[in-house]
Amino acid sequence: MPSYHLKINGESHAVEACENTPLLWVLRDHLDMVGTKFGCGIAQCGACTVHLDGNAVRSCSLPVSAVGEKSITTIEGLSKDGSHPVQVAWKEIDVPQCGYCQAGQIMTASAFLAKNPDPSEEEIKNAMHGNICRCATYNRIQKAVALAAKKMA
Amino acid sequence: MSSTTSNIKFNRRDFLRTSSLAGGGLLIGFNLFTACKPNAKPPVDLADLNYKDFNAFIKIAKNGAVTIFSPNPEIGQGVKTSMPMIIAEELDVAWDNVYVQQGDLDTENYTRQVAGGSQSIRFGWDALRQTGATAKQMLLNAAAAKWGVDVNELSVSEGIISNKAGETLGYGDVVEEAALLEVPGEVTLKDPKDYKIIGTDRKNVDIDKITTGKPLFGIDYKTEGMVYASVLRPPAFGQELESYDASDAKAVPGVIDVIEIGDKAKKLLAGEKVNWTAQLSPSAKVVVIAENTWAAMEGKKAVKAQWKFASPPESTEFHDKKLTELLDGKEFTTLRKDGDVQKAFAQADKVIERTYESPFLPHNCMEPMNFFAHVTDEKIHLVGPVQTPEDAANTVAELLGRDVADIHLEMTRMGGGFGRRLYGDFVYEAAEIADTLRKPVKMVSSREDDMTTGVYRPAIKYRIKAAIKNGELTGYYLKEAAINGNMYGLIPNFFPAGAVENYQVDVAKYDSNITTGAWRAPYTNFLAYAEQSFFDELAEEMGADKVQLRLDLLEKVKGTTDERIQYSPERMQGVIKKVVEKSGWGKQPEGTYQGFVAYYCHNTHVAEVADVQLENGVPVVKKVTCVVDCGIVVNPLGALNQIEGGIIDGIGHSMYGNYAFKEGMPEAKNYDRYRLIRMKEAPKVETYFMENELSPTGLGEPTLPPAGGAVANAIKAATGKRVYKQPFIQYDEIWKVAEKPVLG
Ligand code: FES
Ligand code: FES
Repeated sequence: MPSYHLKINGESHAVEACENTPLLWVLRDHLDMVGTKFGCGIAQCGACTVHLDGNAVRSCSLPVSAVGEKSITTIEGLSKDGSHPVQVAWKEIDVPQCGYCQAGQIMTASAFLAKNPDPSEEEIKNAMHGNICRCATYNRIQKAVALAAKKMA
Repeated sequence: MSSTTSNIKFNRRDFLRTSSLAGGGLLIGFNLFTACKPNAKPPVDLADLNYKDFNAFIKIAKNGAVTIFSPNPEIGQGVKTSMPMIIAEELDVAWDNVYVQQGDLDTENYTRQVAGGSQSIRFGWDALRQTGATAKQMLLNAAAAKWGVDVNELSVSEGIISNKAGETLGYGDVVEEAALLEVPGEVTLKDPKDYKIIGTDRKNVDIDKITTGKPLFGIDYKTEGMVYASVLRPPAFGQELESYDASDAKAVPGVIDVIEIGDKAKKLLAGEKVNWTAQLSPSAKVVVIAENTWAAMEGKKAVKAQWKFASPPESTEFHDKKLTELLDGKEFTTLRKDGDVQKAFAQADKVIERTYESPFLPHNCMEPMNFFAHVTDEKIHLVGPVQTPEDAANTVAELLGRDVADIHLEMTRMGGGFGRRLYGDFVYEAAEIADTLRKPVKMVSSREDDMTTGVYRPAIKYRIKAAIKNGELTGYYLKEAAINGNMYGLIPNFFPAGAVENYQVDVAKYDSNITTGAWRAPYTNFLAYAEQSFFDELAEEMGADKVQLRLDLLEKVKGTTDERIQYSPERMQGVIKKVVEKSGWGKQPEGTYQGFVAYYCHNTHVAEVADVQLENGVPVVKKVTCVVDCGIVVNPLGALNQIEGGIIDGIGHSMYGNYAFKEGMPEAKNYDRYRLIRMKEAPKVETYFMENELSPTGLGEPTLPPAGGAVANAIKAATGKRVYKQPFIQYDEIWKVAEKPVLG
């Protein structure tokens, strides 16, 4: 089995995995970083969203062999102590219901805000449209993204 | 004691026991729904904590910290937050000093540990308050004895007891003494006016862990040496495994073995009758065992299997035909009959009849079904998300021919339930796999697995017929034709039962090989849409005002002596009047069209108004105004989340949800073909509560059922078209009108 050196949350990790293994499962099963979630496996729900060089990507559809030198950020590494403005906003608004989709929501929102620090309501909705929340916490997600933007300003 | 107590008295001795913890502190064990067994006593060591005799425990430590241990599963309804709030209120401690720990389900004799039916709060309300108040009383008694004063001279606030001399003692200072005291027979509960915690916003207790990605869910569970299992599922309903070749699967890197299970389930099914939650399949199952989830799933794809139909394949057209035949037929069971509807129709000035249809629906819990199991000769260790742990443990014991006392079941947080996790099929699968392997193993379903072999909301049709005479509604006749199961319990006694002299509810079902079961707000989740659409049509036919028609009908129910009637006409009128005021009903701006509904289910009264606008001719739901009467609102922050989620979920499924079949095969198996509501389609929800001091009722379900009706009524107002069938927007159309989701 090939081995890979992955840069995850600022640390280097060596893993042995089949080259077509999606990053999602390398994170979850090989490296025990289970914050990134499995929802659909076909890039449709966003539960597995991580950052690849700062861009939000669907880790369920990204083979480990395609990661290369790019640095990966997962929910575990977004901040050391849950203090990223998006995490803080999520807590203030008390967004989650079951909570399962929320890591993916937070990762999508944080990548989006890094590029668009002052979004309109419409832009927030567009950015978050790819992430399904089965508990339908959409009203709060929208509020929390707007609040996080304010905090980052 | 302060004067701020009500005079409700309870005898708590039967429901609650105490012990003095070996390491210091007071431990109280209590039951929510039944009396304790005569000799039951909480342990003196926290390591021995189990839920054999008690539903939950409260520990008051020497430093005054309060920990609540409860195995009540959390599925996103926030009960893990609201239940401790109720205890903390009566116990009179600072919320910051309260910790909640999810307990394990250890063995037999638990009472109600089911999260579902919006019932947790309703059933727990009295017991939780009494437990908190009793604990407080014991601490006060201990303080009074220590100071040598009358207990009535003491006051307490946030865990600090004060006497007249101005001296204070913390709860922690008297726990040792309190633990030795008798449990008081009677306690006084607080007057709701004096609540400091109940009615205030409290955040989800797991919020820090959720936002930082800590392991919380069943799918996150892992132990040393654990392997992963993926179960091969028949592609179509009615199919069974005929033969298979696993040689390619075994060659997939990471695959350890391919095994077969199913014998045990088959035996159990052939034997005595199994619990309704069991959902066992008699078919043999091929299971791929691997070093990681991905390899297990890839291995499964490589299994070459031949399937045979054990029962004929069914299609959506077939279900449609069968349900229509049932509606047209004569074979019905009557669930409620008042007066004579046929006579009312014969004598009516006008008779109207409409039929409403809905498809099957999958639950689509965001966290796919999964469970961990490890079976040894000594013990069976089960870990994961299930809403019915007691049934699951009992069935596993029977399945494996073991003593239920061998089973240790740990419940994790659940990535959604919606009724799916009431059924324990995935627990038995994991247990049977683990029993065969004798290794720790986690069974993980894929999205496709969840959408091909689970249980589903059955397809249903309603035909409603009404008689109008002299401008009055004189007859109301509802027929239900459903797949596999019909409405049950108290539903036939919901509105408009009691408001119409001649009233009848008949049901009939077709037994299908599609497995069906409870889905968030069973039966009412579609019934509300049908009836609330019908009331609008009725008002149109009668030339009556849509809101006034409902208010007038409710007026007739006031003072009823019919004890079967479930809803309160006064409370229903209350929510209606308030939603009219808050939604600007009838005063909407140009281009906004409104739809109104009022509904009672799960003990809660709800009225909603949906605002719809047309964008390129397509109805878009912009806003929903909602008024809820759920009695005392324990945690408004959590309650609002439930209400918003319920409404958006209800709208999403009415607009888009469609689980259809061809040759027994589901047409959509994942989100590329199955549409769930997303951010841009989600309306803004504005919620108002009725303020009263009535006992709290649940919120996980009641706002969902009528939401589709509000949208249907608004669509009628906007387009002049009445939608009789869900989903409102059929697939081909949506891809034309809606943008494809933006992917990262
Ligand atoms: S799991 Fe990757 S998008 Fe759904
Ligand atoms: S909070 Fe449950 S899926 Fe989003």
